[in-house]
Amino acid sequence: MVQFTLPRNSRITTGKTWPKPETGGTLRKFQIYRWNPDDGQNPRVDTYFVDLDDCGPMVLDALIYIKNKIDPTLTFRRSCREGICGSCAMNIDGINTLACIYGMDEIKGDVKIYPLPHMPVVKDLIPDLTHFYAQHASIMPWLETKTNRPAKEWKQSIEDREKLDGLYECVMCASCSTACPSYWWNGDKYLGPAALLHAYRWIIDSRDEATGERLDDLEDPFKLYRCHTIMNCTKTCPKGLNPAKAIAEIKKMMVDRHV
Amino acid sequence: MAETKEVQRPLSPHLQIYRPQLTSITSILTRITGNALIVAALLIVWWLLAASTSGAYFAVADAVMTSWFGDLVLTLSLWAVWYHYLAGLRHFYWDAGKGLDMETAEKLGWACIIGSVVLTVITLLLV
Repeated sequence: MVQFTLPRNSRITTGKTWPKPETGGTLRKFQIYRWNPDDGQNPRVDTYFVDLDDCGPMVLDALIYIKNKIDPTLTFRRSCREGICGSCAMNIDGINTLACIYGMDEIKGDVKIYPLPHMPVVKDLIPDLTHFYAQHASIMPWLETKTNRPAKEWKQSIEDREKLDGLYECVMCASCSTACPSYWWNGDKYLGPAALLHAYRWIIDSRDEATGERLDDLEDPFKLYRCHTIMNCTKTCPKGLNPAKAIAEIKKMMVDRHV
Repeated sequence: MAETKEVQRPLSPHLQIYRPQLTSITSILTRITGNALIVAALLIVWWLLAASTSGAYFAVADAVMTSWFGDLVLTLSLWAVWYHYLAGLRHFYWDAGKGLDMETAEKLGWACIIGSVVLTVITLLLV
């Protein structure tokens, strides 16, 4: 359902301004979304100052700086710090991206950080991705085969393997799906760009033998066709992939098998 | 086992914080112009209906439609027709699986915006 405003318990209040570090370096102002499940308060935006001379160049470096030196209660997910795990996806400066590969120098003015948009918040910058993962599981993200297992391996030509380029690199960070207005309003039924990109990755895999079933499953007013080519997904993908294109290809295959 | 407390999770902000993108603005404009044109069409039907009802009724409707306000509404509707038409062509192109790389998509977005304004001006000059 389309609801443009935030529910009462989600409206954001002004939070606390934390003391500036006294290390004498260049300071950068950060405004960060906070929500604590234990205090019964509404979400708030806290202000922090980071000493750039004592901190790495990426937004994740600044978050770690804050957690280590200013406020240990600041909560966020991170792991690989090199854009391959997808854990630190968040809304930075108005777009969704991975904090670990987004440089502070790419941002003008104060750095504003929110959790991925239109998701239930677990704490601070951590969204609840349960439903997102369930949608991914629903597209059967594995090789489905019917013929007998070959003696060694399922073979694929170089050309067929190349069709998976630009698809297999997805790290499931959820940046694209949570950037999509269609996913905001109909995320309960619309699969969203990430799950659909994965669906396409298996549909065009030459070794997969369930293409028909996969398309049957997507033949639905909501699962696939809530994509209106808004393209926020492709614009924001931190890995430079193109979910909008993948979805358009699925729609084309739907038409092709009817004519 | 510890008792788990039921928590009402807040919804993270969305429209409030997401930076508008060229493609998202041109997308929502397609929908806005489409809906506005339904209203504009009803207005024109009302104009015709008044003409077929009585001279006095037509005088009222015609006064509204040819006032500065009517001119404004019809000029904006003209732009909406052109914009919606161009955006529709863009959708056909996308449906063929083309123009979906970000660079082309954004160029097409600008083409819709600038093209619709230019075509509106040309139409106004010709009619």
